Amino acid sequence: MATNNGHGNNGDGRGPKTKGAGARPEDLKVVGKPFRKVDARSKCVGATKFADDISLPRMLYCKILRSHVPHALIKAIDYSKALALPGVHAVITGKDLPIPYGILPVSQDETALCVDKVRFIGDPVAAVAAIDEDTAFDAMNLIEVEYEPLPAVATIEEAVETSEPRIHDYGDYNNVHKTVHLEFGDMDEGFREADVVREDVFFYEGNTHLPMEQHAAVGHYDADGKVTLWSSTQTPHYVHRALAKTLEMPAAHVRVIATPNGGGFGGKSDPFNHEIVVCELSRRTKRPVKVTLTREEVFYCHRGRHPVLMKSRIGVKKDGSITALDFQSFLDGGAYGSYGVASTFYTGALQTVTYEVPRYRFRGLRAFTNKPPCGPKRGHGTPQPRFGLEVQLDKVAEELNLDPAEMRLKHLVKPNTVTANYLRVGSMGLGACIEKVVEGSDWKNKFRKLPEGRGFGLACSSYICGAGLPIYWNSMPHSGVQLRLDRQGGVCVQCGSTDIGQGSDSVLAYVVAEILGIDPFDIRVVTADTDLTPVDLGSYSSRVTLMTGNAAIQAAERARELLAKAVAEKLSVPVDNLSFAERRVFDVENPEVGVSFPEAVVLAESKYGTIGTVGSYVPPRSPGRFKGAGVGPSPAYSYSAAVAEVEVDADTGYVNVPRVWVAHDIGKSINPMLVMGQVEGSIYMGLGEALMEEMVYRENRNVVHKFPSLLEYKSPTTLEMCDVFTYLVEDADPNGPFGAKEVGQGPLLPVMPAIANAVYDAVGVRIDEVPITPEKVLAALRAKRQGKDARYGPTRTPSPAWPDPLKVPTPAEGGDGKEMPRVAVHS
Amino acid sequence: MMRLPKFAYLVPKTVGEAARMMGEAGPSGQFVAGGTDLYPNMKRRQQTPRTVISVARLGELRRIEGDGREGLRVGAGVSLTELIEHPVVNRDYPSLARAARLISTPTLRNMGTVGGNLLLDTRCNYYDQNYEWRKGINFCLKKDGDVCWVAPGSQKCWAVQSSDLVPLMVAIGARLKLVSTLGERLVEARGFYNDDGIDYLHKRPDELLAEIQLPPAAGWRAVYKKLRRRGAFDFPVLGVAARVDAVEGGAVSSARVVLGGVAPAPLEVEAAGAALAGSQLNDETMRAAAEACYLRARPLDNTDHLMNYRKQMARPFVLRALQELAQESRQ
Ligand SMILES: Cc1cc2nc3c(=O)[nH]c(=O)nc-3n(C[C@H](O)[C@H](O)[C@H](O)COP(=O)(O)OP(=O)(O)OC[C@H]3O[C@@H](n4cnc5c(N)ncnc54)[C@H](O)[C@@H]3O)c2cc1C
Ligand code: SF4
Repeated sequence: MATNNGHGNNGDGRGPKTKGAGARPEDLKVVGKPFRKVDARSKCVGATKFADDISLPRMLYCKILRSHVPHALIKAIDYSKALALPGVHAVITGKDLPIPYGILPVSQDETALCVDKVRFIGDPVAAVAAIDEDTAFDAMNLIEVEYEPLPAVATIEEAVETSEPRIHDYGDYNNVHKTVHLEFGDMDEGFREADVVREDVFFYEGNTHLPMEQHAAVGHYDADGKVTLWSSTQTPHYVHRALAKTLEMPAAHVRVIATPNGGGFGGKSDPFNHEIVVCELSRRTKRPVKVTLTREEVFYCHRGRHPVLMKSRIGVKKDGSITALDFQSFLDGGAYGSYGVASTFYTGALQTVTYEVPRYRFRGLRAFTNKPPCGPKRGHGTPQPRFGLEVQLDKVAEELNLDPAEMRLKHLVKPNTVTANYLRVGSMGLGACIEKVVEGSDWKNKFRKLPEGRGFGLACSSYICGAGLPIYWNSMPHSGVQLRLDRQGGVCVQCGSTDIGQGSDSVLAYVVAEILGIDPFDIRVVTADTDLTPVDLGSYSSRVTLMTGNAAIQAAERARELLAKAVAEKLSVPVDNLSFAERRVFDVENPEVGVSFPEAVVLAESKYGTIGTVGSYVPPRSPGRFKGAGVGPSPAYSYSAAVAEVEVDADTGYVNVPRVWVAHDIGKSINPMLVMGQVEGSIYMGLGEALMEEMVYRENRNVVHKFPSLLEYKSPTTLEMCDVFTYLVEDADPNGPFGAKEVGQGPLLPVMPAIANAVYDAVGVRIDEVPITPEKVLAALRAKRQGKDARYGPTRTPSPAWPDPLKVPTPAEGGDGKEMPRVAVHS
Repeated sequence: MMRLPKFAYLVPKTVGEAARMMGEAGPSGQFVAGGTDLYPNMKRRQQTPRTVISVARLGELRRIEGDGREGLRVGAGVSLTELIEHPVVNRDYPSLARAARLISTPTLRNMGTVGGNLLLDTRCNYYDQNYEWRKGINFCLKKDGDVCWVAPGSQKCWAVQSSDLVPLMVAIGARLKLVSTLGERLVEARGFYNDDGIDYLHKRPDELLAEIQLPPAAGWRAVYKKLRRRGAFDFPVLGVAARVDAVEGGAVSSARVVLGGVAPAPLEVEAAGAALAGSQLNDETMRAAAEACYLRARPLDNTDHLMNYRKQMARPFVLRALQELAQESRQ
């Protein structure tokens, strides 16, 4: 096989310099055009096979018994009755799968089934495989578990204060999982320079992803001793690693296939206990085993938005420029680590990439509590601080009598700079975004000018286009693409990336089609299968378009080069004269001189043998060198600005959002229609987080989830959806494929603060927490009438023991990205 | 997926046959119409009938007869969608069509029936949870347990009357026809509901609801308002039904205001009716009625929204309901 097999990392660490990126927009045939998704028709007619649609001969069904107590030692499990039930093939408990795992190497704190302790209501304890779901259900209810209850930890405050019992025997102290303390620059000097210093406390309630598709998985341990797992997962590669570890099988004997996800939003990014369980049950029964979670169980899988309490101290000059920002966040992590350490860092990472923050301090604390574990939800750890910061800036603008849009515009981070916390910002289209929404919404004539009860609010945000570092330490590519061309002109693109509805399969087809000059619908896309596709780290951190896009460009350019050489030889024209378009390879000077694409493949295959190429991508190295610099760096940052219009009913406290204007700096749309879809979906999700969604527990009743159901977990219906006016700002980023940046998560971020700011504009009360419920609005209005602080929200934060700060001089202070040596206080 | 427990399913063709089957099934039998209430409850093991007798094939229950002059007879098996789309209902009883439109979602209204709606189980968010969840709180009085988590000192269940049609039926004076092997009886909707979340109907379990009879439409107007978080799906966590009888000249001769969603039974606020009677609907009488409702509404913490909020909302919701009536009468 003749492969052009160079490595993606081309020395300077900046990934391939793409021809694509340099192409003139008018030359593009596929990129930038609103093609339908490659899998759109299957989805629309219901032909797409999701994990739960899989049915294999002799398949068994699995049910998982979950703890109904929040915190307890497991004294005994008796499953003899379950096993004796006709139709039951196997029952397993924690002892059968004792090896711990977890998404982050630093928190390998889960087991597939609890071994000796349960940590929240919903923690899995035992699993059954039976001939049908009813039998499995009955068997599950025959399992007897004897628990020795332990006191439960329900809140951040309790976690900080409770030394015994500890939910885990690792972590910083008591039930504190992790604390962070980073200081960039001379904070005292920063606050001295300020004309105004504000301190505000905010709270962001936890919420969950609510994908339409409940998690499902089928495990099949075959007669040859190899196991295959089909699962609705966003991260087949990490699941692959977790299976090999917990099943104690060579990774080469484990195959993970991610089925199309019916929504993920981050909720399918961890390796899950049910995935391991079905493989083990299959190994024992020698039959395929399927599990489909109930909606209630999906609430228990969770890994959703952390509830975060925040305190932000900001120093500003009269012109609104920030002199220093001192941010604290307290995360209620739930019962396991999950992505929590990363989430904690993310609550302090991206405050600096929108407006210039010359000095910055961040303290973060994540607590363990006896609740379902929190993790990454769309925006991962950044919507909470973004809410705090953008509402606080609104207050600053009012205090300084400045227009909040103009104030922001004046102090934007400049493109191609490095922030105080060592994030390298490349392209930066936030200014254009603000201008678009200000103009589109007629902001100047609306803000502070509408009658009582109606208001406008503005907020901005930024998000990463892929994490700069992988989850486990390695220096291999983050994404790999393999192309195979067959002699009849077929092109197959293979990549480990997972389409969770966002359209990543389509992006692969568009990119390859653009470079090879063929129709995207001629391309077969094979993704997310650890046997067939090169590794891609997964659909998280808004990394896929940028990283697989770049890898695909590299693979396609390498294939084009092979084809071009063969065609050039045949036609006797210089290689540089050849163009690939409309399924032809031709001489640009004499377009009639050329061959069809299949002919080109035949020429190349005749010359070189079977044609296959690969491409890969490694993100650029970040300038930060301090401990903790791993979270926040990204090849590029997307930017968004939003204006929300609200109507507040002062009698009922209900907030209606009729319209949102949103501008998003996408770099370059690979497909504007998909970009718009992501923007609109973000606004929809944002409305829910802003106004109603709450993942809450009955602290007085065993910390049970208040209402794990689609009916009572309130999320907006289509009737609550507002009109959305979307503006795409295209400021191509040199690191993006064709200049593209992310859109899956960023446009969600400004929605919540924009609505909070609009509520203030409408009725003059500050709701410093989400969701902004009618109860809170009424309480604040009452406070206002009574002449008290016209606000609803938390007033204080815990004062835990923080570690000594890790001090890092900023670039402006001449820092080199390394921390200053700590003064040894303790011997 | 949540699964239904096993049960026998019977499909009688006549009301008589249905009554007989129920007699045979005894206490473990239960009727089902659209099943939008019963089946989810069965999946959650809140209700566990061993014999389920469908009323869906009973042609007698699927008719809407009469009109605003003589009164309307609505078969209990009429679907909510059929009710909403029925021309006579829309012409003569518009408040009923409007209230029915506020129920759940279009797909659920296609299945759900008027009868099932009037017999809807009371709701509580300590109870409308699956078996495993309820095990986590050690169950409650209404099913499998011995404490009411909403009012732990109380011997009574406070699960909430959550049908949108019930308060309106009580307000407008509808009557219900019940059939069993013992014969037929006609009861006032007003006296049909019991203020106990467990034993919430004055109806024997073997009685089949056959028909709902509405009084002639002349001389009164009614309205229904609903508090819920979202524009669809959600059950009422406060419902306000108001009916005013007007004599010539527009003064209110008598009125009835009924609150739903705040107690195990619909709550008629007599003081509100009294405040409205005797004069034209005006700001003062309407505010007095709203205040009376506010005082009487004592919701507990077992639905969406905070209980104090639901109580407070009685004022604006009653006021808005009455303002709408006043508005209509001016037109
Ligand atoms: C997500 C969701 C949202 C909902 N929202 C609302 C809402 O907003 N407002 C609202 O009012 N309701 C709501 N409902 C409840 C329900 O859908 C409606 O009340 C519907 O009208 C019930 O009718 P049904 O025919 O489906 O009842 P079923 O489930 O068939 O029966 C309900 C009860 O009545 C009994 N029954 C039914 N028919 C007869 C009969 N003829 N004789 C004797 N007994 C009988 C059954 O035994 C059962 O106990 C909602 C339900 C769901 C699942
Ligand atoms: S009101 Fe009390 S007894 Fe009734 S369902 Fe609710 S918790 Fe149970």
